[in-house]
Amino acid sequence: MMKIALYSAILLVLFGGLMYLAADLPFGAPLQSDMDDYFIKNGQEQTGANNIVTSIVFDFRGFDTLGEATVLFTAVLGVGMMFRKMKEGEEYEND
Amino acid sequence: MMSYLLLKLPYFTVVVLTLLGLAAMVFKKNLIKILMGLSLLESAVNLFLIVTGYRTDGVAPIYTNAPSLHMTLPTVQALTLTSIVIGVATSAMMLSFAMVIYKKYGTVNAEKVKKLKG
Amino acid sequence: MKMTKIVRTTADVFYPFCLVFGLYVVMHGHLTPGGGFQGGAVMATGAALLLVAHAYEDITGRLRKTAMKILEAIGLMMFLFAGLSGLLFERPFMGNWMAFTGKWFSHPVAHGPNPGDLNTAGLLPLLNIGVGIEVLGGLTIILLYMLSGIHAEKKP
Repeated sequence: MMKIALYSAILLVLFGGLMYLAADLPFGAPLQSDMDDYFIKNGQEQTGANNIVTSIVFDFRGFDTLGEATVLFTAVLGVGMMFRKMKEGEEYEND
Repeated sequence: MMSYLLLKLPYFTVVVLTLLGLAAMVFKKNLIKILMGLSLLESAVNLFLIVTGYRTDGVAPIYTNAPSLHMTLPTVQALTLTSIVIGVATSAMMLSFAMVIYKKYGTVNAEKVKKLKG
Repeated sequence: MKMTKIVRTTADVFYPFCLVFGLYVVMHGHLTPGGGFQGGAVMATGAALLLVAHAYEDITGRLRKTAMKILEAIGLMMFLFAGLSGLLFERPFMGNWMAFTGKWFSHPVAHGPNPGDLNTAGLLPLLNIGVGIEVLGGLTIILLYMLSGIHAEKKP
């Protein structure tokens, strides 16, 4: 019971603090947008793609997308490892 | 006061979603509900990224038949795309873990899974 | 567990349309909203539709785990080799050497708002297709594996 009260208090304090921080953030007019303005202005000439988001995902930040594809591949490997076919008589360890 | 609240409504939505996700993760004992809280937290992060790059009356950063050249920031949208895919991958991974735990222990209650308890 | 005949027939009818729409989203990734990840997810939705409507035993002949594994590996390999091919043309890794050369996917692009041309953007459509194939294989095989996990649990 004490634990629940403590966690609730922590969450309430967090809620108040985050609300206070959120009230100061600007909405509708980003503070700094030099990089994005460069992308919007020159992305079409440099990559030839009309979709600026695609040109960022696959060209300007291509390494990021490579890591993302690797993460997806690794997750599929992990799922396959968990549901693999057990051999005859094989069990989970420590059963 | 009301108009001010409406002006910052996206950020307040982000805060509420974050706290809901955290509360679900802290107070619930069911593993599936903990995963739902984590997904809620992910949605809050995605919404925060999108909201950060919004410009008033901006259009999507795509030049195909664009109605105007006043475009929203594209980098945060690219980051959100990455975040969504990684969220799907981790969700699949954690749900598989929950299924294996249920198969082994017969329960998804996080307090009853305690074979590793010292 | 299988659904009624109406649901199964509807799923069979809608499955090719899901695939075609996903392919459209992948191929037009550099022109319209969308791209490899989104299109692959749409195609995997078609597979999920089949899995929901039919029983797991009836579907293993149409969605094979081995084929999906191969698709996923092919997608990632395509992405990697398309990135590495920039090294052959004196560009950095993942350099866009195909754009503006006048061969495939490389028409000159008009600056500013334009109706759009499929033959632009050089390496980007190739990377889109690779990622689309990978996401299709990956999400479908995740669904198949999880469903087979439920299936194996019920048997004893």
